[in-house]
Amino acid sequence: MAQKDRTVLTGKHFMEGDVASAEGAIAAGCRFFAGYPITPATEVAERMAQRLPEVGGIYIQMEDEISSMAAVIGASYAGVKSMTATSGPGFSLMQENIGLAVMTETPCVIVNVMRGGPSTGQPTKPAQQDVMQAKWGSHGDYEIIALAPNSVQEMFDLTIEAFNLSEIYRIPVIVLGDEIVGHMYERVTIPSKEAIKIVSRKEPQVPPEKYAPFKPDKDLVPPMATFGQGYHFYATGLTHDETGRPQTDSAEEQKKLIQRLCDKIRKNVDRIIKVEKVMLEDANVAVISYGITSRAALSAVRKARQEGIKAGLLRIVTVWPFPDKYVAGIAKQTRALVVPEMNYGQLVREVERAAKETPVKFLPKLGEEPHKPVEILDALRRVHK
Amino acid sequence: MSEEVHPFEGYLRGGMIPHIWCDGCGNGIILNCFVHAIDDLKMDIDKIVVVSGIGCIGRLSGYTNTDSYHTTHGRAIAFATGVKLANSDLTVTVISGDGDLFAIGGNHFIHAARRNVDIKVICANNFNYGMTGGQYGPTTPLNAWTTTTPYGNIEHPFNLVHLAAASGAVFVARWTTLHVRRLVESIKKMLQKEGFSFIEVITPCPEIYGRRNKMATGIEMMNWFKKAADIQNNSDPAKAEITSEKIVLGEFIDIEKPTYDHLLSEMISKVQKKMEGGGGQG
Amino acid sequence: MPVRIWRKPLDTDKVKVPEGEVHIIKSRCKGCGFCIEFCPKEMLETSEEFNERGIHPPKVKDKSVCALCSFCEAVCPDFAIYSVKKECKDGC
Repeated sequence: MAQKDRTVLTGKHFMEGDVASAEGAIAAGCRFFAGYPITPATEVAERMAQRLPEVGGIYIQMEDEISSMAAVIGASYAGVKSMTATSGPGFSLMQENIGLAVMTETPCVIVNVMRGGPSTGQPTKPAQQDVMQAKWGSHGDYEIIALAPNSVQEMFDLTIEAFNLSEIYRIPVIVLGDEIVGHMYERVTIPSKEAIKIVSRKEPQVPPEKYAPFKPDKDLVPPMATFGQGYHFYATGLTHDETGRPQTDSAEEQKKLIQRLCDKIRKNVDRIIKVEKVMLEDANVAVISYGITSRAALSAVRKARQEGIKAGLLRIVTVWPFPDKYVAGIAKQTRALVVPEMNYGQLVREVERAAKETPVKFLPKLGEEPHKPVEILDALRRVHK
Repeated sequence: MSEEVHPFEGYLRGGMIPHIWCDGCGNGIILNCFVHAIDDLKMDIDKIVVVSGIGCIGRLSGYTNTDSYHTTHGRAIAFATGVKLANSDLTVTVISGDGDLFAIGGNHFIHAARRNVDIKVICANNFNYGMTGGQYGPTTPLNAWTTTTPYGNIEHPFNLVHLAAASGAVFVARWTTLHVRRLVESIKKMLQKEGFSFIEVITPCPEIYGRRNKMATGIEMMNWFKKAADIQNNSDPAKAEITSEKIVLGEFIDIEKPTYDHLLSEMISKVQKKMEGGGGQG
Repeated sequence: MPVRIWRKPLDTDKVKVPEGEVHIIKSRCKGCGFCIEFCPKEMLETSEEFNERGIHPPKVKDKSVCALCSFCEAVCPDFAIYSVKKECKDGC
């Protein structure tokens, strides 16, 4: 009897956000999950535990988040697309190994379903308090990619996108969900397997004797060999040269390496950054928003238009690298920007930086409730005058 | 200028020898025994992965001409778990230090042993944190002088073979860097055995530990091993003590137990067979 | 002592003790002294010369006694010494 292919559950579903993310991962080719239960991301692990054996993949529940991240890197180096899922406290534990993944250019995906912090905080309540941590959480100079879904459909789609970006740029990619988007149920359309675009890491084009594991191509990304193929390569978290050998005494090598690790993202921003522009062509005030907050923002902008306010919305999908150019462009054409966030001031700092002289009205939200559209509408009314 | 070529030269990564280890350090002997075992067994070097953590011995993965990875402190075993599960054809070895494996990495050690993941672990036990200048660690003997126990160590050390056996390891041995022949034989056994295997190798650190504890040279430390060695194969790991008079050595545990990898693939086959049989869950 | 006679294996005359030749990669030696200290034939000693590190590498004291036990090779941390079977003219 032919085995049913359960890798892509094509069709229309009514699904929880966390579950959609797990399905997106499997559709993207993820066959290794190492994680640790944590509210509100546990459902990702539970779905993966159930589904991965169905598609011949491996689920392992590690003893903590630190080892989860380490195992994810190990599996990726052994050639398998890997991910983990966590929330604030676990995300903090993973930071050192996220740095290791950055330094050894390991493709992998970390889903962070944000909850109220700091520390144990409010495990069952949504927040957007890990935005800065996603960029600066590990020590040292580095760039990273973080995507912010605002619907269950995007939990599915952006997890696939995260895998593709991580494979293209050999970098860990963070899916920054939140407790609302992670735990709510919405309709998800899963396309056919053929319709889903999947990208895998570049493989070496030279024989083992000529291979240097960290020698980049023109796009600044080195092709990645896999353990067991005869390449005998060495990867270390120490500063290293293109052959992988430690160069802890060379200022030149440190400079070269850090610059390339950052430039491979900075110089490719145009291909990485994704934003959604709503009614911005003639807008003279705009809301800059991301994640779950953007749904209230959209509603507010529509209502504002009905009142005659020329409002627009820039929904940031790629939170990191931050879409400087988009925000700067909108800042130039508007008299003010409104930034609602479920925190006490994180991405708004990036907006202020990019917006330069244009005033920015910040709308914080702390506690379990997301912004109401009328709160954002009020702000638009005020700045519009 | 000389044409002398060491018989194991091919196992060493070009341009990395001489290694960073001090004169009298036993880490080079561990490297020597490791490649000796691989050579004796004529293993396919392409399928061997060497993972190490942070510490002097952690540099070992850079010296072997294998697929190697140097992880963050304490996480070598977790990384190795990911590698082995992702590709069970690989022989995954972890070679790391007493601090890396049992202080910061202690939790990962006991869980990997409990799961019986098929990885082979060699611990270079030099009784201190050598790389950072000689602080005490979980295997530092009581009363020893280290830079962070300037009045003598007041902590009891681990008995590593007891810990490994109690956590569920299927192969447990302890040797010193003087007992090179037996160490090679144990490494060979370990490389051919399925399941979580552990060898503790007591190694001299004369420059940092020995010098401050009345054994200033590698030779003095090795002579301590020679004098105190007490080989008791198959004896009770709980009684395998290490003192200035006695170092109990041997192969303590060699049992069979289903490995994690084995149980995992069994489970996956069962699940997939069930799916073939009709239905699945939407 | 009587025990001495019994210690000699009965097939001593039939079994040939291997003959080995010790090679030293002097530049690699870090001077730990393990080979000299633990050679069962005590056939190595510290030389007078220096290598690039300022270390006196070992030298063979008496090359006729090497029995190819290869302990020096096994116990050297620096891959600086190894032994090979001696090439004999009359066939060993």
